[in-house]
Amino acid sequence: MTEATSAVGGATSIADLVANPDTFPKLLLKNVKERGDQPAMREKDFGIWQTWTWQQQLDEIHALACGLADLGAKRGDRIAIVGDNRPQLYWAIVAAQALGAIPVPVYQDSGAAEMQYVLDHAEIRFAVVEDQEQVDKLIEIKDQCPLLERIVFKDERGMRNYRQPFLTHLIELQEHGRAFDKANPDFFLSEIAKGAGSDTAIILYTSGTTGKPKGVLLSSDNLIITARNSAEIEGLNDREEMLSYLPMAWVGDNIFSVGQSYVCGFCASCPESGATVMHDLREIGPTYFFAPPRIFENILTTVMIRMEDAGWLKRKMFQYFMDLARRVGTRIIDKEPVSAWDRFLYSVGSLLVYGPLKNTLGFSRVRLAYTAGEAIGPDIFDFFRALGMNLKQLYGMTEASVFVTIQPDGEIKPDTVGVAVPDVEIKIAENSEVLFRSPGVFMEYYKNPEATRETKTADGWVHTGDAGFIGDDNHLRIIDRAKDVGKLNNGAMFAPKYIENKLKFFPFIKEAVAFGDQRDTVTAMISIDLEAVGNWAERRGLAYASYQDLASKTEVYDLIRDNVAQVNRDLATDSHLAGSQIHRFVLLHKELDADDGELTRTRKVRRNFIREKYDQIITALYSGADQVNVEAQVTFEDGRTGMIKADLEISDAEISERPAIPQAAE
Amino acid sequence: MTMAEAGGNGADVLLDVANISLSFGGVKAIRGVSFDVQKGEIRAIIGPNGAGKTSMLNCINGFYHPQEGTITYKGRTRKQMRPHEAAAQGIARTFQNVALFKGMSTLDNLMTGRLLKMKGNFFLEALHLGPAKKQELAHREFVEGVIDFLEIQTIRKTPVGRLPYGLQKRVELGRALAAEPELLLLDEPMAGMNVEEKEDMSRFIIDVNEEFGTTIALIEHDMGVVMDISDRVVVLDHGEKIADGTPDEVGKNQDVIDAYLGVSHD
Repeated sequence: MTEATSAVGGATSIADLVANPDTFPKLLLKNVKERGDQPAMREKDFGIWQTWTWQQQLDEIHALACGLADLGAKRGDRIAIVGDNRPQLYWAIVAAQALGAIPVPVYQDSGAAEMQYVLDHAEIRFAVVEDQEQVDKLIEIKDQCPLLERIVFKDERGMRNYRQPFLTHLIELQEHGRAFDKANPDFFLSEIAKGAGSDTAIILYTSGTTGKPKGVLLSSDNLIITARNSAEIEGLNDREEMLSYLPMAWVGDNIFSVGQSYVCGFCASCPESGATVMHDLREIGPTYFFAPPRIFENILTTVMIRMEDAGWLKRKMFQYFMDLARRVGTRIIDKEPVSAWDRFLYSVGSLLVYGPLKNTLGFSRVRLAYTAGEAIGPDIFDFFRALGMNLKQLYGMTEASVFVTIQPDGEIKPDTVGVAVPDVEIKIAENSEVLFRSPGVFMEYYKNPEATRETKTADGWVHTGDAGFIGDDNHLRIIDRAKDVGKLNNGAMFAPKYIENKLKFFPFIKEAVAFGDQRDTVTAMISIDLEAVGNWAERRGLAYASYQDLASKTEVYDLIRDNVAQVNRDLATDSHLAGSQIHRFVLLHKELDADDGELTRTRKVRRNFIREKYDQIITALYSGADQVNVEAQVTFEDGRTGMIKADLEISDAEISERPAIPQAAE
Repeated sequence: MTMAEAGGNGADVLLDVANISLSFGGVKAIRGVSFDVQKGEIRAIIGPNGAGKTSMLNCINGFYHPQEGTITYKGRTRKQMRPHEAAAQGIARTFQNVALFKGMSTLDNLMTGRLLKMKGNFFLEALHLGPAKKQELAHREFVEGVIDFLEIQTIRKTPVGRLPYGLQKRVELGRALAAEPELLLLDEPMAGMNVEEKEDMSRFIIDVNEEFGTTIALIEHDMGVVMDISDRVVVLDHGEKIADGTPDEVGKNQDVIDAYLGVSHD
C-alpha cells in the first residue's frame, strides 16, 4: 500500500483522480461524480432494455477488477476480450485498465487458428469471453497457448457440463472480487491512481491486407484526446444515444462506445443480438450513429424493395417526394438558398414521407451519422442526406485512433473524406501517399519494431498506404492504395480504383478494371450487372439468351457508353484527374469471379492476375482494333471448368475536353 | 446433475408402456408394444413409414386410447386420459406437421404454452388488474427465458405464418417448453430441415435435456441424428417392437437393418 500512497502523495482520494482524468478508470470516477444516476450502458436482454447507471457501472467494474486481481492479474498483463457487444465485456476493458493490465479485444468471429495467433502473440494470461462458442474455441487452442491461465465466461448457457478447472463464471469472479475488495479496501483506487495517460490502454489487432495481424498499441492519451477532439467539433454531449453494434475489436467501436461515451458521459446501448440490430436501433432511436457504406446500402435496398410492394398511392407519394428530396433536401441541410415553395413542399414531404420513413428505420433522432471504410455510392449517400440525416464521411484508421479527417457540417461531398480534425496534420508524399501526424498516432506495433519503423517515422508521421490529394477546397480525397497508383505516359497520376469506383456506382456496372499505368490513355474492362441490366432489358422488350448475349447487345453498349461518358465528365472537372478519362472500353462476356481467381474473396480486383489472363483484350484495347476474340477458362459452381469463347466489341467512349458544369448524377 | 451420460440404467422409470395395442377398425396400428422411458433420458422411437410411431406418441399423450395395455406415468397407471389431462401432468409435445397459430406472433404462441400454468379470474384478466397483471409479467418473464434459450429474439414479434419452416419448428419446441414439461414428446422435430438446421435443432434438444433435465421421447427419421443424440432407441416395424437398446446395439440388430433396407425374397 505504501507504493500507492506515494504515487498520489497522500491517501488516494477520488477528488485527486477526477481532477486530471487521463485514463478511462479516472473518467469513470468523474462520470460517477458528475452524473452518477444517469444511464451509462444499456443492453436488451430477455426482451427488455436493462440499464446500468454510471454508479452501477462503477460498482460492476470495481468488482470485476478486484476479481481479476484475485486471480493474480497485475500491471502489464494482457487480458483477451472476446464476444459480441456486451456491457460485461466493455466493463472488462475498463476493469483491466484499472489494474494497469492491457485489454486485447479479439474479433469474435475469428476462427480458432486466427485466435491462437493473437493470444499467443499478445501473451494472454486471462481471457474474458461471452459464451460457450468462444469458450469452445479457447479450449481447442489452450494447449498451444501455454500462458493462458484462466477463461472467464459471461453466459453460463450450455456450460453445465464443463468441468475444466480453468473456467470461471463472471458472476463468481465478481463475488470473489467483492471479497477481495473487503480484504483490501484501498486496492482499487490506488491501482487507478498508478495509471497515467501515457500507459498502453489497449492493443487492437488489425487484419491488414497481407501477412499476419499486427497488434496496434494505443495509449490512454491517444484514445482520450482523439475522442475529446472529435466530440468537441461535433458538439457531442452526455444526452447522446448510440447503439454499440460494431465489433469490439475494431478501433471505431472503442472510440464510439468507450472513448466518446466516457469523455462525454453518454449512454451506449448493446443490441440483443447481431440479428436484431435494425429492430433495436428503432427502439433506442440513436442521436449518433456510425455504419459502414455496406449497411447504408442494405437499408436503402430494403426500403426500395418494400416500396415496390406498397400500394400505388404510397408508391407515387414516395417517388414524388424522394425526387423533391434529392433536388432540395441536401441543399436545405447545407443551408443553401432554396425557394420558399420548395421549402414548403419539403416540409409536407417530412410530414408524409421522410419522417415516417426515418422513424421506421430508427433514424428519427439521428443528429450525426458517419460512414467510412470504403467509398459510398453518391446515390446512397444522397438518399440519406436528402431525408434530412446529417450523414458525413470520415477518414481514419486504427493507427490514428480513428479520426484523421471529418467532413465539417455544410461541406459534405460524396467524393471527399473531409478536412483534418483539430491537432491533426496531413501531408501528401511524392508518390501521392497520404501521411498524417496527430495526438492519436499509435505507440507501436506490438513486438514488431520493423513494421513500426516502416509505418511511423521518427518524428511521428504515419504512412497510411493510401494515395490521395488535397483538393482546392482543402478536402482530402482518397483515391486508391498507394501501391496501385501509377502514372500515364504524360506524367499524370493514374488511380485505377478511383475510376473503377466511379464506374461501379452505376447500378448497371458490376465490376470494372481500369488500365493506364505507363500507357498513353486510360481504358477499361467492364462487366455488367446481370440483374440490373437484365431488368432494364426486360422493360424494353429486349430478348437475350445469356449473360454473354446480353453483354454483346448494341443497346447495352449504348447504355454503358453513356455511363462511361458521365464518369469522364466527372473526371474532367478535376484538374488532377482530367487526364484519366476512359478512352476505350470493352464489356466482358462473363462476370469477374472469385472462383476464377479474378477477385479476392472480399471482392477486390486482382490486377496482376487479370492483366495476364486478359492480355489479348488489353492489347486490343490499345491497338485500335474494334473487335477481339477471347477464350477464357471459367469455373462452374460445381467446381468443373470449361472454356468460353467470344468475340467482344471494343467501343470508343466520349471524352470531355473542358470541365463540365459540376452536376450530380440524377 | 444430468442423467445424460447415465444412459438411463437403473434410474427411475418416468413412463412405462406395457402391451399396448391399437387398431382402427381392421387396421392394427400397434400390436402389443412395451417399452419404458426413464427420467432424464433422450429416448428415440424409430421405424419405417407406417410403423406406428406417431400413433404411439398419440397414445402416450392421451389423444388415442389403446384397446389393450396400460400406460404408467409417474407411477400412476391409467387406461384413459384426455390430452389436456396429460398436459396438466407435465407432458408436452410438438407435431409432425407444425401446429402453431399462424396469425399470432412467436411471443403469443409461446404464451399459449403457459395457459395451463395460469390461474384465471375472468374479471381480473379482463381489467388487467393487480394479480392478473403480476401473473402475466411472471409468465412473460418465463417465456422470454425460453426465447433467449432458443435464440429466437429476432422473430419475437413476427407472425409465425411468415417464418421459414425450420424456425416454425423451433417456435413449436418453444411453445412445448413454455409449459415446463417433465416429459417432452417430439414428433419428427427435424423433418424437412437442412443439415445446418438439423444441427441447430439437435443442439437445442440436447440443451433442453441437460439444462432443464427434461425427459425427451422423440420420433425421428434421420438415423444419424438419432444415433447421435439419444440414450436409448426403440424400433417399431408394422406396429411391432423389433428392437430396444442403446443406439449401438440397435444399429447392429439384423431385424432393424432388414426393416430399413428391406430383405430380398428368394
